[in-house]
Amino acid sequence: MDKFVPYQARYAVLPVENVDTDQIIPARFLKTTNKAGLGDSLFADWRYDNDGNPNPDFVLNQPFAKGVEVLVAGNNFGCGSSREHAPWALQGFGFKAVLSTYFADIFQNNALKNGVLPIVIPENVYNYLVEEDAKNPGHATVSVDLENQSITLPDGESINFPIEPFAKYCVLNGVDQLGFLASADADVSQFETARAPRVNTMGLI
Amino acid sequence: MSSAPQTLFEKIWNRHMVRPETPLTPAILYIDLHLVHEVTSPQAFSELRQRGLNVRRPEQTIATMDHSTPTTPRDANGIIPVQDVQAQAQLTQLETNCRDFGIPLFALGTENQGIVHVIGPEQGLTQPGMTIVCGDSHTSTHGAFGALAFGIGTSEVGHVLATQCLLQSKPKTMEIRVNGRLTPGVSAKDIILAIIAKIGVGGGTGYVVEYTGEAIRALSMEERMTICNMSIEGGARAGLIAPDDVTFNYIKGRPRAPQGADWDAAVADWSTLKTDPGAKYDAVVELDANTLVPMITYGTNPGMGMAITATVPTVSDMHDDQSKAGLEKALKYMDLQQGQSLLGKKVDVVFIGSCTNSRISDLRLAAEVFKNRKVADGVRVMVVPGSQQVKKQAEQEGLADIFRQAGAEWREAGCSMCIAMNGDQLSPGQYAVSTSNRNFEGRQGKGGRTFLASPLTAAASAIKGVVSDPREILS
Ligand code: SF4
Repeated sequence: MDKFVPYQARYAVLPVENVDTDQIIPARFLKTTNKAGLGDSLFADWRYDNDGNPNPDFVLNQPFAKGVEVLVAGNNFGCGSSREHAPWALQGFGFKAVLSTYFADIFQNNALKNGVLPIVIPENVYNYLVEEDAKNPGHATVSVDLENQSITLPDGESINFPIEPFAKYCVLNGVDQLGFLASADADVSQFETARAPRVNTMGLI
Repeated sequence: MSSAPQTLFEKIWNRHMVRPETPLTPAILYIDLHLVHEVTSPQAFSELRQRGLNVRRPEQTIATMDHSTPTTPRDANGIIPVQDVQAQAQLTQLETNCRDFGIPLFALGTENQGIVHVIGPEQGLTQPGMTIVCGDSHTSTHGAFGALAFGIGTSEVGHVLATQCLLQSKPKTMEIRVNGRLTPGVSAKDIILAIIAKIGVGGGTGYVVEYTGEAIRALSMEERMTICNMSIEGGARAGLIAPDDVTFNYIKGRPRAPQGADWDAAVADWSTLKTDPGAKYDAVVELDANTLVPMITYGTNPGMGMAITATVPTVSDMHDDQSKAGLEKALKYMDLQQGQSLLGKKVDVVFIGSCTNSRISDLRLAAEVFKNRKVADGVRVMVVPGSQQVKKQAEQEGLADIFRQAGAEWREAGCSMCIAMNGDQLSPGQYAVSTSNRNFEGRQGKGGRTFLASPLTAAASAIKGVVSDPREILS
């Protein structure tokens, strides 16, 4: 994972609540063993018609959507399955952050593991961003500064957002969490010595 | 020594603490059992290979094939043929990964293969007080045994494979108390659909839910699994039910259940796994089972559910703009009208299966309805057992014959039409009554429309060819 660098980016708006992971990436695209190409399947059922042609009404098919790096979406984004393909697909498309009033928690975890920031914003800010975009879709920008946990809105106002300190540390420094866990090896061994394993899966097949 | 009263969740959490939470770092939680399947694991194994890491505890790990596997009949050699090249590659990759890292695998068609949340309990691997994870959100199923069980992403699958641990911040706790008793024709699925309709799909986010109350205590183990299975549909990461004699009797004698003196010691310990009097939950929700009727969903998330006798809500019932827009969008996708009744609505497909409702007791309930009856003309009915073991038992009990004679398809074990990535799917525009857990747009096939319901409601609708209240058939 790369170190986080503050950025200013244009955003696209998906004003739909409860966007589930089956919409973010439908299950039929999960028959893969790597992460390549998932960005092409992002929101596939909304983005393409039954013949695979781009649906002209969908926001990511608008000319301005090329190069947007932030998604502003309705409440409870990412509910449903635990598929990490969801943040992989968002990242594959080029999104670095999703702004919503609320995130489902497995999605939030998965997104952070990949440096895609799930940024919780108050409802009035969500409404403002939607209205601002409606004036000239895809032109307004937000700036994201993780170090200070702040985003700067199109009118120049800055607001803070919450993030777990450890996740922040990892994304800021491009550190992945496996390394931290591995460094606790001695503690894990001690725990295992003190306590017999609960089950043994060997020999069942 | 007296200590502060604790919830069941806190007891399990504390037992698995390798390192507690600090202001700067999450807790390190030890994982007792890791379940693996073909769809969410390949990239995790790649990560291990890249870093030259091993699987720390292969003997606490088990893999199965379920999501992308076909459920079509076996060929002359007893093999279930996989036509989909990509699915085959994924299955082969899982085989290679399990072989290379020493993980036992229930391969497609072998005698213990099945849906990942069916096989754990079946083998007696799922036990009270354990921590259980899987790269699958319905891992919450195993909470029915009083285990802390939850879904994780693929990065975390890698973490558990390599370290047998997870980084976790402590969730909040919610008690959902279901008072009273269910009436005939109403089942566990109706309880959980009613709960989700009440709290909403985000209502449980950030919480581990403990289900309590008379109605929960009265449920069988498999019914409890149905409840806990859908905890995630209310946003909760995990659902828990304190273990009791129902739990112990279910586990006893299963392949990996403790034996002899170990069994007695285990039961003594498991019996302490309950919320102490006076322990506080962060939130409490109550529901009355006496007044519950069969439930059905009308929309495109599991929170859009109602009594089967009710009518689809109207936009004016909704409190805010987002919910109004959400309902409009859902009804457009479902091609339904505000205020309409679903009873009598023609259905094209009935799916009885998935980790929510594919266990032997679910199939027995469905068979009760199908017995000496015929599936209505023009309705495709698929009955898909949750595992090869369930399939075998259903065949021995004569249930499979009942399904076939009624005109239903009796399939091989797997996730099947719950997820539509294995060849089993709806066509655009079709309506299905489904015993699975998700009615999201396209979940059961692009353009397909799903009504979630209980096995009884699904079977009754199969017989009538329209959405039907099972109480009419059973009476
Ligand atoms: S049956 Fe459905 S919900 Fe359950 S594990 Fe399979 S795909 Fe997931």
